[in-house]
Amino acid sequence: MRNIWTIAKKEIKTYFTSPIAYVVIAVFLVLVGFFFYSALSWFNSQAIQMAQNPYYAQQININQMVYTPLFHNMSIILLLMLPLLTMRLFSEEKKTGTDELLFTSPVNVGQIILGKYLAALVVLAAMLGLTGLLSVFTFAYGNPEVPQILNGYLGLLLMGAAFIAAGVFFSSLTENQIVSAILTFGALLLFWILNWAAYSASGMWKDVLNYLSVFQHFDDMTRGILDTKDVVYYVSFAFFGLFLTHSVIQSRRWR
Amino acid sequence: MIEVEHLTKKYGDLIAVRDLSFKVAKGKIWGLLGPNAAGKTTTMRVLTGYLPATEGKATVAGFDVFAQPNEVKRVIGYLPEVVPLYPEMTVSDYLSFVAALKQVPAAKRKPALERAISVSNLASVKGRLIKNISRGFKQRVGIAQSLIHNPDVLVLDEPTIGLDPAQIKEIRELIKSLKGEHTIILSTHHLAEVTQTCDGVVIINEGGLMASGSLEELTASFREKDRVILRLRRGHEDALTALRTIPGVEKVTRHNGELAVEWNPGKDLRENVSRMAVEKEWGLLELRTAAMNIEDLYLRVVSGGGEP
Repeated sequence: MRNIWTIAKKEIKTYFTSPIAYVVIAVFLVLVGFFFYSALSWFNSQAIQMAQNPYYAQQININQMVYTPLFHNMSIILLLMLPLLTMRLFSEEKKTGTDELLFTSPVNVGQIILGKYLAALVVLAAMLGLTGLLSVFTFAYGNPEVPQILNGYLGLLLMGAAFIAAGVFFSSLTENQIVSAILTFGALLLFWILNWAAYSASGMWKDVLNYLSVFQHFDDMTRGILDTKDVVYYVSFAFFGLFLTHSVIQSRRWR
Repeated sequence: MIEVEHLTKKYGDLIAVRDLSFKVAKGKIWGLLGPNAAGKTTTMRVLTGYLPATEGKATVAGFDVFAQPNEVKRVIGYLPEVVPLYPEMTVSDYLSFVAALKQVPAAKRKPALERAISVSNLASVKGRLIKNISRGFKQRVGIAQSLIHNPDVLVLDEPTIGLDPAQIKEIRELIKSLKGEHTIILSTHHLAEVTQTCDGVVIINEGGLMASGSLEELTASFREKDRVILRLRRGHEDALTALRTIPGVEKVTRHNGELAVEWNPGKDLRENVSRMAVEKEWGLLELRTAAMNIEDLYLRVVSGGGEP
């Protein structure tokens, strides 16, 4: 555990001493702020219209009308930005030869991977945590349901954790950071749209494709549904990504 | 302290190291010598646990490199050929990170850091970002990181590469000062480095062992003839024939105004040679032994001399 933390601490420091973390967080916040503002303005105008009719007035729901679309937008931004956060994790070490320091230290490969993974998770948590400030406005002027919002954030965190694991894996494959980012983005996008293929599939394949789709599991969570099936999906996605990373690194050394 | 037995490392079909065996005793400095692509870096990578071997056995401080990698990594300090530095860290942050990575207990980290900084003479740059310091300092940071956990064994891959003559001298002095407390194995293709810093050498070429032993042992075993060089004021022609009459002398040659007298090892004919020069009044200006130097040795071994 101490070794994992040693690696993680160094990586977090690297993220925050270089512009990477600041740029990623700032751009993320600007975009999320914009989407939040748009969603809130739209909600405002809709609410004024709907309030005039007692039947519709009961259906005004800030969670569904602001948070659900916001979480979807945030997930897309994460899909675009997390590969940029993870691309350097192993690629850079390999390119600059610093992997030789790591792999000749009394630290296991698994600990190195987990340390790097944890560091990227911390940046993700900071990105998501800071967007929480936006809720000040909704809570000041409305009464959104807290559990539903937290559930959405949990979904984003789990999905981001899975994305980061994929990023770590692709970073271990190449010493070129751009290649690592493009591969991560391509793979994640493919997992995202797997459910599109499910529309034309039938039987078992439909279920399999739907289950594998990143989007399908996330959609439930933004609606306030917490299903262990979804949690298990993201956790196993992340585990599989890290496991593959371990195999890649070990096999490269044994080749 | 370091024992390598029948080590072989293949990269696919390419054999980088073949059936290599050698030993380095505690507290000694040994040079791993060979031309480029001889297998020096691969051997060091195997010893430090960065690469596994295809066959063979290696032990460091009594630990098996393959069966007990973490124990070995704890007692080895390693300076790879490309110094593993994080340019965006300061020198002290970097060294603290390496100390934690090498599992120096938290309480001992500060003294370890101070020691590494003072031994490597880095005090003036400890607060600077690594990307902003000179090449020579970067190399010293590399040595400092290999020393930070006070390892019994140091493995230094080309420690003076790319440095200017003054820096090379400094690093060599530093390495020599570490002898005794640490067992050191360093790779190089600078022959002067070996004579100045090492107690013994392992010469490898194309992955195979060509020779190993202390410098004295090796030069003695590879020397075929004892040779003295004679500088005379006059009588060269006379001397050329007269010196051959000394019993035991094999060959007398003239070269650049000097005479070289050779005989088979085992006897010392220097006295006879000097007496004749004086008696014949050739005007003896100089008489010196032409010892086999490391260059001769290296060239003989690498260019196909092989085992004596």
